[in-house]
Amino acid sequence: MATVTTAPALSVDGVTKVYGARTALQGITFAAAPGERLAVIGPNGAGKTTLLEIVAGLLTPTDGTVSRPAREVGWVPQQPALYSKLSVQENLGLFARLEKVADPDAAVARMLEQTGLADRARDEVGKLSGGNRQRVNIAIGLLAEPPILLLDEPSSSLDPRQREVLWSFVSGLAERGTTVVYSTHNVGEAERYADRVLVLADGELLFSGTATGLVATVGEGRDFEAAFVAFLHERGH
Amino acid sequence: MRWLLLKDLRILRRSPLLVALLVLYPIVIAVLIGVSLSSPPGKPKVAFANLVPPDEDSFSVGGGTRLDASGYAGRLFQAVDPIRVASREAAVAKVRSGDALAALVIPADAVQKLQSAINLSGNPERPTIEVYYNAEDPLKRQYVESLVDSRLGDANRALTRELTKLAGRYLTILLDGGDFAILGRRFEVLGLQRSRTIIEASIASLPEDAPERIALAQVSSFAKLAIDNLDLSDEVLTSVGSPVRVRQTVLDGRRTPLDAFAVAVAITLSLMFVTLLLAAGMLALEREEHAFARLVRGLVTRSGLLAEKIGLAALCSFAVTLVMLMGLALFLDLDFGRAAYWVAALAFGALAFGAMGVAIGGLAREVRAASLLAFLLSLPIAFLALVPSGSVAAGLYDATRVISALFPFEPALEALDVAINDSGGSITGPLAHLAALTAGFGVLARLGLRRFG
Repeated sequence: MATVTTAPALSVDGVTKVYGARTALQGITFAAAPGERLAVIGPNGAGKTTLLEIVAGLLTPTDGTVSRPAREVGWVPQQPALYSKLSVQENLGLFARLEKVADPDAAVARMLEQTGLADRARDEVGKLSGGNRQRVNIAIGLLAEPPILLLDEPSSSLDPRQREVLWSFVSGLAERGTTVVYSTHNVGEAERYADRVLVLADGELLFSGTATGLVATVGEGRDFEAAFVAFLHERGH
Repeated sequence: MRWLLLKDLRILRRSPLLVALLVLYPIVIAVLIGVSLSSPPGKPKVAFANLVPPDEDSFSVGGGTRLDASGYAGRLFQAVDPIRVASREAAVAKVRSGDALAALVIPADAVQKLQSAINLSGNPERPTIEVYYNAEDPLKRQYVESLVDSRLGDANRALTRELTKLAGRYLTILLDGGDFAILGRRFEVLGLQRSRTIIEASIASLPEDAPERIALAQVSSFAKLAIDNLDLSDEVLTSVGSPVRVRQTVLDGRRTPLDAFAVAVAITLSLMFVTLLLAAGMLALEREEHAFARLVRGLVTRSGLLAEKIGLAALCSFAVTLVMLMGLALFLDLDFGRAAYWVAALAFGALAFGAMGVAIGGLAREVRAASLLAFLLSLPIAFLALVPSGSVAAGLYDATRVISALFPFEPALEALDVAINDSGGSITGPLAHLAALTAGFGVLARLGLRRFG
């Protein structure tokens, strides 16, 4: 497990996002170490996707800063952002060239191998299963070998077996030094696959620490999901 | 941007149904419009009952001249498809059953009445041709009404010309003397010229103080006056027969023949459909595939993405319409010497429609919604641009001009008309108009994309 004692791979400092009269995020500050897996959890409307989109450079914060420019951050949206009429290889090749990767063909070959999709390289993405589409989706986010990978609810459309494959792949990335930040509704996945969890509610960061730490905050004797619900309840959410 | 363009072309290549639809649909529409604009309406079926007995079909206009009444009725058939029937009842039945749009009945006494009118005998009554209309199809009914009016006018004018010629011959006989026949009898007419000569000779033969001289001199003066004025009779009669001549001068607008204009309309429609649907659809596809956010996250700028979609749609529609135009040129004798103008008009038009397409595509999240929106917008725009002046109230017409000027159809049509038909006017104006619309719609599209993070 990575710790934050090393120089952070990513720092988010006082990020605020305001839409008219509504504050979507309020002064969010956290840091992530190289190879750390960070889960962002919270109820619906907590601001999880907004936070990831700001870190990904899709949204401009009203206030605050993100240490990494967008080009150094890999982005995997919740819905696979792929062209269904193109093959797996063509999708990867297109984005590799748009990313201006030095050797696009080598990058495509590397990602096909890493995602285990080499034998499906020539298949149209529209004909792949949801799990395989998500693997291609993640592969595109990794083409430029970014030090940071953001995943917005990556397992939401997958069955349990596909989830297992996904998290195994993500864990492998982290072991190779990629910092992974992901949002999820599945608190069990946060507990199992994250080194640290960030709890957001109504745009505020309520907790940053390990899953065990969160359970300890509300008192031992509960499982993580029950502890999470109790934690939110205690804080009026 | 090159990779995006190649990607879109690859996607299009893998969507043969879409491509076929995009190419065939405008061509079919264009051909239908071209055919309807360049061909006259089909001849409507008209039941015809000529009740005049065959031996009474001709009538005398004097001087031994007889005219054939059925020859004049035949003028009515030049623009209709006649169903000949034997009776009025049969003609009306044809209309009632829907076999004929209208029925035309020439009563049995028509020629007789015409003869009486010409002879000015008794109490002359003008002959009446009966027309029965079918009101099931108001458009065709109006067409038949105007057709019958027009053809009857032709027949009347032809008869008037014959009678005018005859009257001219009578006046010549009255002036110069000669033979003429009426009611089977021949008459020898002395004529005013010879009458005056005789009177002048008589006056000369009388003594200077003869009292008859004064009376004869008055008759001679009258004869001279009549001779002088009757000399002008032919011109006067011609003026009575056709009192008004028409001289047409085109002050403004196109001098293009209808079929050549139909080509310009057909090409412009194809250009509009292909470009709008492609530009709107391909931009919406980026969002439908959720790729938009990934692309504009530093891989390509929003403006670059719009430019790529405009370029893609313009390129495809330009190719389709240029091939269409060259194909038409083989059949319609278009001037290949103006091909450079064709290219300019098609290119500017395609870019303007492309910009409008991405402005539409920017409003929709799905390809189907974008295509529907593009389709729904394009039809009224084309319709408004084709509204001719004078066909609606002045204020409404001005409004249609203003609205049409805000969309590329009208300037594209104008540019293509000048390019294809050399219809007068400069191509620079419409091209500048199209360039301005390209910029305007481009800005609108860019603003529209702002709301999509």
